[in-house]
Amino acid sequence: MNILHYWRAMWGIIGRELLRYLKQRERFISALVRPLIWLFVFAAGFRAALGIAIAPPYETYILYEVYITPGLAGMIQLFNGMQSSLSMVYDREMGSMRILLVSPLPRWFLLISKLLAGVAVSIFQVAVFLAIAWFYEIQATWYGYLWVIPALVLSGLMLGALGLLLSSFIKQLENFAGVMNFVIFPMFFMSSALYPLWKLKESSELLHTLARYNPFSQAVELIRFALYEQFNQEAFIFTLISFLVFILLAIIGYNPSKGMMKRKGRV
Amino acid sequence: MKKIIMTTLLLSSLAQAETVFVTLEKDNALAVVDPVEGKLIKTVNIGQRPRGIALSRDQKHLYIATSDDDTIKIVDANTLSVVGQLPSGEDPETFALNPLGDTLYVSNEDDNLVTVINIPKALALKKIPVGVEPEGIAVSPDNKWLISASETTNMIHWIDTESLTNIHNTLVDPRPRAANFTSDSQQLWVTSEIAGTLMILDSNTKDIIKNIPLEISGVSKDKIQPVGVVIDKARRWGYVAMGPANRVAVINAQTFEVEKYLLVGERVWNLAFSPDQKRLYTTNGRSSDISIIDLEKHKVVKSVKVGRFPWGVAVKP
Repeated sequence: MNILHYWRAMWGIIGRELLRYLKQRERFISALVRPLIWLFVFAAGFRAALGIAIAPPYETYILYEVYITPGLAGMIQLFNGMQSSLSMVYDREMGSMRILLVSPLPRWFLLISKLLAGVAVSIFQVAVFLAIAWFYEIQATWYGYLWVIPALVLSGLMLGALGLLLSSFIKQLENFAGVMNFVIFPMFFMSSALYPLWKLKESSELLHTLARYNPFSQAVELIRFALYEQFNQEAFIFTLISFLVFILLAIIGYNPSKGMMKRKGRV
Repeated sequence: MKKIIMTTLLLSSLAQAETVFVTLEKDNALAVVDPVEGKLIKTVNIGQRPRGIALSRDQKHLYIATSDDDTIKIVDANTLSVVGQLPSGEDPETFALNPLGDTLYVSNEDDNLVTVINIPKALALKKIPVGVEPEGIAVSPDNKWLISASETTNMIHWIDTESLTNIHNTLVDPRPRAANFTSDSQQLWVTSEIAGTLMILDSNTKDIIKNIPLEISGVSKDKIQPVGVVIDKARRWGYVAMGPANRVAVINAQTFEVEKYLLVGERVWNLAFSPDQKRLYTTNGRSSDISIIDLEKHKVVKSVKVGRFPWGVAVKP
């Protein structure tokens, strides 16, 4: 088995995912419509309510829609990570996962490839979203758009790994609604995506603490700072560690002799 | 590489950096800001309730109206020590310096007067009766006209600078707050605090040639209270500080269209250009800061905390 096999397999998986995404027009549109509704409807309603204090990375007053844009980029990746896990469950139920997992390549490599495929799709979605936001006068510098790519790769990996981990626990497709209620919503609403942490602190110390140590908040802050050409070290370390923990648990989860597969007794 | 470029740019701009002076109404002080670094350098006590501020034509002195001291102080622009006083009359707030730099015209709001001061002699030459509560005051760059805006009478008084007599009155929208001439002296731009409008007056006919309503979607009408107004030398753009609407309106000075509204700090009142007119500085009273606007991009780049109730702003090259 040489490196070419690995390379070919990885591109096969990424290519399949990107192709599948582009062919599923509804998925493409719904992935865009969701953040755009938040931006054009929700943010418009709260326009006057926020944007009073200046907190890094911002150096002056901003409108609410400017504030939530990095959070919505994070939301795209969060939903995408979960969607990838949904497709894993689907693949498992439909049997295509079996074909993938019987390949001679190590299982961890296949999972990472699957993860990277999801990240590639999410970055494409975020790019289109940021392009639309640009016409809405929510603009970063060209350097900002450049710096945000590595931030999106790491945040996408972390959220995708979380999705993979969750998918290893889900037995059937129907259970995915639970993920929506117990993972996506709490992670999204209890984060710095929609409101600054200092604002949360004003209402509840507990909420503030939960939001601060929410890996999604850290991913959003990493994206937010990168868009303004700044590096948030705390967010970077936190997101990286979260990714490593999630991916490790996911690899264990997908190991037939050790993880959840053993309990389920099926692939 | 980017860092090197940034440092080079910073150093080159530092070499020609201006100094921004801001009066702090509540702190009884003068704040000194480095706008390139975006930092407050220092704050010095200056007198009771400082508001209006202007730089002398030779750029050596600052004139600062310390309202509760009933005087205009002359401050050395380098050492920031008070070197003299001018007899402004009671409660001076706004004033205008003539193009020659030897005469100061002060609005005395409580007495319905404009006091004319000869600066070299530190002498009040004349008190001109105007409408009720005069506030906005400006001298045309050709030194022909002195205008005074009376807030309660809702009038612009056109005073001839030679004879120092009121020649003409123009009725304008309620509570005219501030006024400024274009660099060619052909137009006078006046803001109405209550109507939320910007009026353009022709200096020859003295009539309103354009009335521009300032409206921001999502901001209630009562918060739109335009105050300070400035127009660039090329008469391409005009800028209006919109008080509690927390915005600066960007107006195309050729078409009189409002191009955009820029979000700044709370209760923005007064404005000043950088000497090269590439930046605009705004004083934001309630949020205790000034905002720096990049005029090439029409973007607010930074807001800098300066102290309580920043009021007036002057820029020294």
